[in-house]
Amino acid sequence: MADTMQFDLVAPERKLASEEEAIEVMVPGADGDLTVMPGHAPMLTTLRPGRLTLVTRSETHSYAVTGGFAEITPEGVTVLAERSLPAEEFTREVHDKLIAEARRVHEEAHPSVADLTAKLLADMEAMGTHMTL
Amino acid sequence: MPSLKDLKNRIGSVKNTRKITKAMQMVAAAKLRRAQEAAEAARPYAERMHAVMAGLAGSVKGSDNAPRLLGGTGADKVHLLVVMTAERGLCGGFNANIAKLARQHATKLLAEGKEVKILTVGKKGRDSLRREYGQYFVGHVDFSDVKRLSYDDAQGVARDLLTRFDKDEFDVATIFFSVFQSVISQTPTAKQIIPASYEPEEGEETPSVNYDYEPSETQILADLLPRGIATQLFTALLENAASEQGARMSAMDSATRNAGEMIDKLTIEYNRTRQAAITKELIEIISGAEAL
Repeated sequence: MADTMQFDLVAPERKLASEEEAIEVMVPGADGDLTVMPGHAPMLTTLRPGRLTLVTRSETHSYAVTGGFAEITPEGVTVLAERSLPAEEFTREVHDKLIAEARRVHEEAHPSVADLTAKLLADMEAMGTHMTL
Repeated sequence: MPSLKDLKNRIGSVKNTRKITKAMQMVAAAKLRRAQEAAEAARPYAERMHAVMAGLAGSVKGSDNAPRLLGGTGADKVHLLVVMTAERGLCGGFNANIAKLARQHATKLLAEGKEVKILTVGKKGRDSLRREYGQYFVGHVDFSDVKRLSYDDAQGVARDLLTRFDKDEFDVATIFFSVFQSVISQTPTAKQIIPASYEPEEGEETPSVNYDYEPSETQILADLLPRGIATQLFTALLENAASEQGARMSAMDSATRNAGEMIDKLTIEYNRTRQAAITKELIEIISGAEAL
């Protein structure tokens, strides 16, 4: 079995990262974080706002993602994130803006989806801790 | 017979026109390159999205609890036509072609006794459809302030569509836009986006992998379908932007060429008139001298 896998992080407007020799990828899944290693069972999961970490043989990269989903196959991981940026660019201002947006969505939300938006808001707030701001 | 001065003025004004069209052509060429890059950059996301959706949609197809966005409302009565055109003219047949396609669709649907609603994106399509179909307009999206199309813009349109769908304002939504083939060829296209049809592309095998779903399959699908619609809209908007610039570029190119031809013709006429005037003066002088 191969000990590396393909990793792609794509946003609607551009491809953010592509790595052929990923060893492990930590994904903030909607139902909890998970670490993907080569040969993982195929799965699809939605993401919650959080930190995505990519480990290669020589380096470790972190990205902030605000949602989207990940497609996991034994050969690799493809993360489709609507908004995502390298951890270094994720500053307090960006975070504050995201929280403000999530709060606005939550306040305007229809009662039937209020639970969902509340979770999104909480996740968004917790993201600051994950990203060690 | 125009006088020499008239001809000179006309040559001058056509030369100015040629300068303008030439400049517009070059601007369009630069913008086209940027639009193409944007479309290129958006492709991986759209492709992955399509592949995943095709797989997912295939696995829930036929089941009774398929989401409405995929299975439809069960009716086929009210059609929403989303007509995407440019904000500006002077781009050849670009806007007219899209409007024509939309018009054909609308006429056909009305003849079948269906109800038609029209949502326009971009000013030009709205203007050209207003006279005939003004009473079917339900909304308009204005992108005239938008310099660079972003995914958020597409998401805004998608959200608008989904709200209307949730309120049962329509059963089927079709988007009209131009697919960019090359600078000289853009194909106006109609594509149904709600209910979504995710057919695997030609030659592409439907992935037969059995995925684990987290949270559940239906939840993921409910989360993904709106995203899929936003992505399709985004792709269409980008294709449209590239097509617009391509169409403008070739339109301005032929305008420049026509202006050049016109200048040549006018210059010949100017020289002939000048020559005629000189000959006439000479004859007058000679016959005057002979009379003496």
